[in-house]
Amino acid sequence: MKRIGVFVCWCGTNIANTVNIEAVTEAAGKMPGVVYAGNYKYMCSEIGQSKIKSAIIREKLDRFVVASCSPRMHESTFRKTAAAAGLNPYLVEIANIREHCSWVHKNKGEATAKAIALIRAAVAKAARDKELWATQIPVEHRALVIGGGIGGIQAALDIADAGFEVDLVERTPSIGGHMAQLDKTFPTLDCSACILTPKMGEAASHPKITLYTYSEVEKVDGYVGNFEATIRKKARSVDLEKCTGCGICWEKCPSRVKSEFDEALSMRKAIYIPFPQAVPNVPVIDRASCRWFTREKCGICRKTCPAGAVNFDQEDEVLQKKYGAIVVATGFDVLDLDDFGEYSYGKHPDVLTSLEFERILNSSGPTGGRLLRPSNQSPPKNVVFIQCVGSRDKSRGKPYCSKICCMYSAKHVILFKEKYPEAQAYVFYIDIRTAGKDFEEFHRRAVEEYGALYLKGSAGKVFPDGDKLLVKGVDSLSGHALEIEADMVVLATAIKAKSDAPQLARLLGISTDTHAFFMEAHPKLRPVEAHTAGIFLAGACQGPKDIPETVSQASGAAAKAIVLLSKENLLSDPCVSEVNESLCTGCLACIKVCPYSAITEKTIEEKIHGKALQRRVAEVNVALCQGCGSCTVSCRPGAVNLKGFTNEQIMAEVDAICL
Amino acid sequence: MKITRDNLCSSIVKEIAEISGENVAGCYQCGKCTAACPVNTVMDILPHQVLRFLQLGLVEALLNCNTIWICASCFTCAGRCPRGVDLPGIMEALRLILLRKRGFSRIKAGVIPRVADKGMPEQALVSAFRKYTR
Repeated sequence: MKRIGVFVCWCGTNIANTVNIEAVTEAAGKMPGVVYAGNYKYMCSEIGQSKIKSAIIREKLDRFVVASCSPRMHESTFRKTAAAAGLNPYLVEIANIREHCSWVHKNKGEATAKAIALIRAAVAKAARDKELWATQIPVEHRALVIGGGIGGIQAALDIADAGFEVDLVERTPSIGGHMAQLDKTFPTLDCSACILTPKMGEAASHPKITLYTYSEVEKVDGYVGNFEATIRKKARSVDLEKCTGCGICWEKCPSRVKSEFDEALSMRKAIYIPFPQAVPNVPVIDRASCRWFTREKCGICRKTCPAGAVNFDQEDEVLQKKYGAIVVATGFDVLDLDDFGEYSYGKHPDVLTSLEFERILNSSGPTGGRLLRPSNQSPPKNVVFIQCVGSRDKSRGKPYCSKICCMYSAKHVILFKEKYPEAQAYVFYIDIRTAGKDFEEFHRRAVEEYGALYLKGSAGKVFPDGDKLLVKGVDSLSGHALEIEADMVVLATAIKAKSDAPQLARLLGISTDTHAFFMEAHPKLRPVEAHTAGIFLAGACQGPKDIPETVSQASGAAAKAIVLLSKENLLSDPCVSEVNESLCTGCLACIKVCPYSAITEKTIEEKIHGKALQRRVAEVNVALCQGCGSCTVSCRPGAVNLKGFTNEQIMAEVDAICL
Repeated sequence: MKITRDNLCSSIVKEIAEISGENVAGCYQCGKCTAACPVNTVMDILPHQVLRFLQLGLVEALLNCNTIWICASCFTCAGRCPRGVDLPGIMEALRLILLRKRGFSRIKAGVIPRVADKGMPEQALVSAFRKYTR
């Protein structure tokens, strides 16, 4: 007979308010195989755990059930408790009577009955628990960082500084990301390029960092400590080694295309570097707009290149590399304003998004830093800034707050007024959110020192009126409907997840939230980890963020990756599938459903009536198996079992609840 | 209603700022002044709205409202303002602008001892001076 202990946790009032603890403890004590049942206010606390340990020794328990919160929360805690008392840690079962019971029920009688049923199921499973042993898997001591914005750069530098090899993969021709597009940063008005470009240079020259720009991650296989990624280095058509970045090619190139970096406010050439401080300072040929690739004419860049670096025959290169950890730092996009016709965006050149305004302010931008109206190149006297364009808008935009707009609009007001002290800035806002060090003070400077008129309310319509723009809005504080004649209108457009974030999530096997931002493993306690072990998140790919937050999260993700990479071996979860070869019919349905390619076929030899016969069966690679259990449900003869969750155990749980 | 930089920076707005010594942009419209005001129920424009109207350059409405005359100059609003805006000073500036235009005082010095003797609160007396004398 098994000797099972049951420990019921109050979780303060979380469980005890809705579940009758004494009644549950008494009922548990009478369950088959249970020789001891007790309860305590906080089972996970030091005292609670020592109560379990002493009961194990006193009552000679050979396994136990903790009725408490979700196993996601404290299963590992209680497994350690078991190990400390000399029990195999896999002889512990959790009955989740908090998330699955007390939190979702109001009626104490019903909740108590349900808690008893859940414990009865856990006891039935515990009685069939077997000792399991974790195995060791080696760790590849190299990290992959996806995305070369400030988040990816910071993570790569931190991991490399800890002594590990890092590959930094960036899709565009240069690292730098959105931060490279900015003029100044709030709330200090530091020049963005001045603080970013040294980091870009450091990343490029770091002996432990390999940059893969103009490259994309195509496939990721494997598991924590042993990922295998396929990286496509798109053909640059320019030899990275030979090119000196002299710039003759892009001066001579006759094809002109809208510059992505300048938000289409200026033109670039078909052979180009995105911006003067690009890293690497080597151009790429945009083959879709190059005359050589579209019409097989021209070739002037190849003719004029003094280093002979232009190579039209260069092909994509595909690399296969192994990594122990992956940091995802792919950033954000700006919301498309097609559904917001009232602002005349796209119809009038003086209506801009904030990112476009940023480029116009920037001294390396399309106007060389001169702030002029795009329509007639005259200095603007009245500029209207409209907040929450698409943010906090559950009908046409995004329901969340984009978080950075209040602050960058205050910055835009200040930069505008610095250039034109006699001009007037107007800001339509719904709420001003300035949570951050020195943020509120910065915003108040825009109001009090720079005289921006903040108007609480929205703008309903922006339309051309002569050579001006008429903005119709409201000041809900005074109750006045307003009209403002503006020279420019700047829209604080919502931030959204990268449009291809769901594809990358599928490729990596991580999850996204309803807005396609990558999901952290726990919103409070594991904010830099994805649900999949070994994958970490940094920056706005996880949700709207400003630069300091992105850098902090990147360093956090790097620290987590370093912890992983500094281990020689990882303990693998022993809860993996196993095949009972004598039952396996060799149908191999399990191979088709396995999401981790962990099952293969093998041939075994059996002696039947003295004759040696060969037979096909399934085999599980325990290093690849993630214990999802898909194979067990696909197996018709029931030959595959998930250790720790065997068919027998699951059926015993069902019986315990239903019979 | 049209809002222009000329309205926002009109000479009368500047005059109010000069007399009161206050920057109305300092107010962020939390409404503490109105919430604390003992006589807000009989005002036609509430104290925080006075500041908002000034921020918007709407001085005309303020010169015609009863609020500036009802204000008892008790200074509760100024004492509790989280932004340190001296609203009674602004009310006084508005009154002064009107009084200067009107050019005479409605309070006679001889009246003071009589009403003061009847136990009139000192604050009201101060307010009366502010309101009715030059």
